[in-house]
Amino acid sequence: MQDDTDLLLRRILTDVLGLKQGQAETFQADTGLFGHLPELDSMAVAGLLTELEDRLDIIIEDDEIDGEMLETFGGLLDFAKAKRTAA
Amino acid sequence: MTPHLWPCPLPHGGTGEQYALACDSGRTMRLLIVPALFDEANRLRRFCAEVMRRLDRGGVDSFLPDFPGTNESLGGLGDQDAETWRAAMTAAADHFGATHVLALRGGCLFTPPGLPAWHYAPVKGANILRAMIRARILASRETGKDENREALTGAAQDHGIVLAGHALGPGLFRDLDALAPDPAVAIITQEQLGGSGLWLRAEPDEDATQADALAALLIEGMQG
Repeated sequence: MQDDTDLLLRRILTDVLGLKQGQAETFQADTGLFGHLPELDSMAVAGLLTELEDRLDIIIEDDEIDGEMLETFGGLLDFAKAKRTAA
Repeated sequence: MTPHLWPCPLPHGGTGEQYALACDSGRTMRLLIVPALFDEANRLRRFCAEVMRRLDRGGVDSFLPDFPGTNESLGGLGDQDAETWRAAMTAAADHFGATHVLALRGGCLFTPPGLPAWHYAPVKGANILRAMIRARILASRETGKDENREALTGAAQDHGIVLAGHALGPGLFRDLDALAPDPAVAIITQEQLGGSGLWLRAEPDEDATQADALAALLIEGMQG
């Protein structure tokens, strides 16, 4: 099965950040997220993670959430992929 | 579209005044809009106003009341529970002579009974609280404080809790945790409007296409 986590994560970020079509495609592994984008405050991150849970069909425990996984696009993508594999 | 005061039952008896955004030309089709809750209410407010403008042009009056303790309300959020919020929306429907109801997201938990209604992207109360508790844990962690869901939930049920800047009383917290939208009410899904839900946006935004689509669905439904 082809892994569509990358695509889904870019779509969720597009929805949460209100990005224009195609803008999320420019995100690289080291593109900064939480702490780098002013609009991505704790409530927005909480919403983003809830949306990740819904769309990727995963459950994210609070103690799994750390700064590293939220800091960059690559960090969040690795986390989401690992969760889906484990699910 | 004008601000309007309406009489709202107070938690311990009597009546106070709450604010509503109203678009009232005395027409026969009259829609009460039950707002989304907390942060989602802010993010969807502009969208609601845009839909109201379109309804007005389509011959429909509409009313967007505040839940007591939110938005312009002078009441304390900590004094509210599901009963006061349900009573408030029922009183608003009576006062404005609503013929139909649209509730958005968490507002669907407080749809006044007895009128034809639509639920836009309804959500369980527990899901709203889950995201808000997560936001609190994240924000606390940023300041070096470690909090966990079980302890926060226990404290919230006993004494209330501040989540994302909203000081919820224990009554409202417990009620929300248990509430789910009535499955018998017709649902308007995000797919029907196209695009993605504006409540997801980190910053409030608007979308003319979605507002057009929702207003058209409502007008068609009300004329039906």
